[in-house]
Amino acid sequence: MRRFEGTDTYVATQDLQIAVNAAIALERPLLVKGEPGTGKTILAHEVARGIDKDLITWHIKSTTKAQQGLYEYDAVSRLRDGQLGDERVHDIANYIVPGKLWEAFEAAEAPVLLIDEIDKADIEFPNDLLLELDRMEFYVYETRRTIQARHRPIVIITSNNEKELPDAFLRRCFFHYIRFPDRETMQRIIDVHFPGLKHELVYEALTIFYDIRQAPGLKKKPSTSEVLDWIKLLLVEDISPDVLRTRDPAKLIPPLHGALLKNEEDVHLFERLAFLHRRERGGS
Amino acid sequence: MFFSFFAELREAKVPVSLREYLTLIEAMQKRVAAFDIEEFYFLARTALVKDERHLDRFDRVFGHCFNGIETPGDPKTALPEEWLRKIAERFLTEEEKRQIEALGGWEKLMETLRRRLAEHRSRHQGGSKWSGTAGTSPFGAHGYNPEAVRIGQQEGSNRSAVKVWDRREFRNLDDTVELGTRNIKLALRRLRQFAREGAADELDLGGTVKSTAHNAGWLDLKLVPERHNAVKLLLFLDVGGSMEDHVRVCEELFSAARSEFKQLIHFYFHNCVYDSVWRDSRRRRVEQVPVIEIIRTYDRSYRIVLVGDASVSPYEIEKEGGSVERWNDEPGEVWLRRLFEAYPRAVWLNPVPEKYWTGTVSIGMIRRISEDRMFPLTLDGLDRAIARLKRRG
Repeated sequence: MRRFEGTDTYVATQDLQIAVNAAIALERPLLVKGEPGTGKTILAHEVARGIDKDLITWHIKSTTKAQQGLYEYDAVSRLRDGQLGDERVHDIANYIVPGKLWEAFEAAEAPVLLIDEIDKADIEFPNDLLLELDRMEFYVYETRRTIQARHRPIVIITSNNEKELPDAFLRRCFFHYIRFPDRETMQRIIDVHFPGLKHELVYEALTIFYDIRQAPGLKKKPSTSEVLDWIKLLLVEDISPDVLRTRDPAKLIPPLHGALLKNEEDVHLFERLAFLHRRERGGS
Repeated sequence: MFFSFFAELREAKVPVSLREYLTLIEAMQKRVAAFDIEEFYFLARTALVKDERHLDRFDRVFGHCFNGIETPGDPKTALPEEWLRKIAERFLTEEEKRQIEALGGWEKLMETLRRRLAEHRSRHQGGSKWSGTAGTSPFGAHGYNPEAVRIGQQEGSNRSAVKVWDRREFRNLDDTVELGTRNIKLALRRLRQFAREGAADELDLGGTVKSTAHNAGWLDLKLVPERHNAVKLLLFLDVGGSMEDHVRVCEELFSAARSEFKQLIHFYFHNCVYDSVWRDSRRRRVEQVPVIEIIRTYDRSYRIVLVGDASVSPYEIEKEGGSVERWNDEPGEVWLRRLFEAYPRAVWLNPVPEKYWTGTVSIGMIRRISEDRMFPLTLDGLDRAIARLKRRG
């Protein structure tokens, strides 16, 4: 089995690599948590690319049921076909619609299965998938058939902590918490996304970015995806590093802050800080 | 081999079970991690810890059990510089160091150290690098503080300079506070109540079958509205003074559980509710909402939760003009009664522990006004409050 070591567009820290490789080697699901915007969902895409597998994604919504991942019985179509006298109606298998899990089980080569934002669903959702993820098989009642995984897929599950996940479920997974990248890692992430960027600009931008994250009382701290967007904007607008460097306290809010501060109250907070700063300077 | 580590984890209240332990051993057998203490740490972490709250505890236990274990390096460089420097901290007094410095500088010092280390080694026969409790390791588990050892490591730029688990990066994720966000969320979840409202867009299979049968086998589709959460909540938070800390917590808690409610609206007051409250605690002078308007706008199906310590001067409740903010024509008691009358399903949550309630006059008054619907802001209190909110009337 190939090992995952990050890709040319994704920087995987050593601890993340080990977590992914453990999940691959032991064929257990990997549960990924972390601050929003630290690349949880992207991870599955990059793992699939890194070890050259197909990716099947199952996005969970508040209305998603575990059964939908296995299969659904389209009773309405069958009823309609019955009324129209369609021949297909005699075989119930014609109305069994496979779900994402089924799709992953039937794949010729073990794919990567992403179960995205599992915490969005009902609290019972993970419990309903215990056996399926453990044994990688399930039973179709309508056709009395057991679907077994031909190859155990690599399952990556993401969660945003909106709901507590049951212990029995957690016990079956490897767990990794993506920490917010430190400056050094962030530098590497930016290098990967914007190769050949002026070192000066990155340096100034990151200084401002980490300053913002440290401001007390922020409702929503900007994260990796935001800083990448912001740098892209800085490039498009062709803002020079000098503009970023003029740390005029009166202009505490960085240019194009819309990419970093997504909350009206946070912008207010910064305006207020800038105001206080001005006053302090005026007084002294 | 790792069983004592496993036992210590359980003792430190990291919920690991035999299953996780076996998983770790299986992963070791499959050579997921190379023979490297850092890789082993990452592997053990991903296999044994299932919640970021426990990461810090795990780091501490790991440090305790495994500090002193070094990745066996190249056997030729038997005594890495780093070690020697650490041992210098351990074996030499300041005076000795000065003496050696005076004698021949660092080179000489190294020599001495090498000699001393050799002696030390022979005394602890069998004390290998992997023992972790004593032996040659400069750390050892004899209560030698690794913090102190780090002196002189600044220039060590390789990643093993400071152990990953010693950095304690997950410290702020451990929330063993009495009332964690999660606890509250689980408690508030009990408030969920499903109702079918809105457009009929979900197929009612049972109904369809039944009416199709009635229809002599011709399909007659029946639709019902989707089930969704029907709980609507008005939250009144006391701001200012002693309540500031609690309010921030409450605000976060209720916002975190926002998805559990159909509607959640915040209001703020100071000490007691009077003729108006405000929507934004920072702009209280500007954006005031008359309580009468709230009662008119939101009907009786809303539930209200007031959060406050109710520890005020009795005047602030029973007298006109008692408000600390500005003049009020009617006493707070009148406004509280109006609120409780308008919303039959209302509770008051009090962060003050229940046992002190009898000691404060104003708490007793508000309890009377609320007809004993005051509950402490603990998990148990929250449970009781929610049971009360679920009751009709």
